[in-house]
Amino acid sequence: MKDPCAHCEEMMQPYLDHVLTDAEVVAAEAHLDDCEQCRRRYKFEESLRIYVRKATDTHMSAELREKLAALRIPLD
Amino acid sequence: MAHAGTVDRVDAEPEEAQRLATEARDRVRFEEDALALSDQVYRVARHLANSREDADELVQETYARAFRSWRSFQAGTNMRAWLLRILTNLNIDRGRRQQRAPQMQPLEANDYFLYDKLSESGDGVSDEDKVVERLSQDDIVSALSAVPHDFRDVLVLVDLGDFSYADAAQILDIPVGTVMSRLHRGRRILKRELADAALEEAT
Repeated sequence: MKDPCAHCEEMMQPYLDHVLTDAEVVAAEAHLDDCEQCRRRYKFEESLRIYVRKATDTHMSAELREKLAALRIPLD
Repeated sequence: MAHAGTVDRVDAEPEEAQRLATEARDRVRFEEDALALSDQVYRVARHLANSREDADELVQETYARAFRSWRSFQAGTNMRAWLLRILTNLNIDRGRRQQRAPQMQPLEANDYFLYDKLSESGDGVSDEDKVVERLSQDDIVSALSAVPHDFRDVLVLVDLGDFSYADAAQILDIPVGTVMSRLHRGRRILKRELADAALEEAT
């Protein structure tokens, strides 16, 4: 029998990507309910993803926006 | 027969005019839809490219090409994915592959590596949200740019661009299984880069 925390680690990415089957989600959550360490690590991974998304958010310059609009092909 | 021919032409002209008018209308709508997506396209492009300047050029080239080849876009399909496919192809064509990093970097021990490092080097604070905040925005942007392109492309499309595995596979023209393995690997490389940055700051 595999170490349940090692199995839980394997399930983390697909769990957070919402690609596990219902049965796998139930199994993963059963372990998470019992294991504080894994729960913390999952929570960390989730906040990390949100944080990375926030930190990498960016906007194009007004100049670029104008340049893109100018690329439109004029009607003749 | 010459007479019949004349009649045909007279009939054809309004049809042709109609067709041209419809096409012009479709094209204008296409251009407006594409421009409405430009913020989202830029956000992804910025991290596929190595710098803001590269991203600006890449997005301009993408839109120039998209406007020229708008007829090849199938109405009703995912336009953001279509634009990103043009963009990633241009990015690869730009020869950025030359600076491909060595692919055989050792894979860090496990997926929890970063959390374990950050929480052990901390001051007893173990709230996951606070642990994450030990990383600065600059740490994250530079760690992401250190991820080799093959992995970064997938990571950026899925984790920043919210594309599905299937969309990312189509955009990059690789199998879904490859998307999944590169994504997994890319996320780990990112975390290792972040752990390195955090450790440097701590010393």
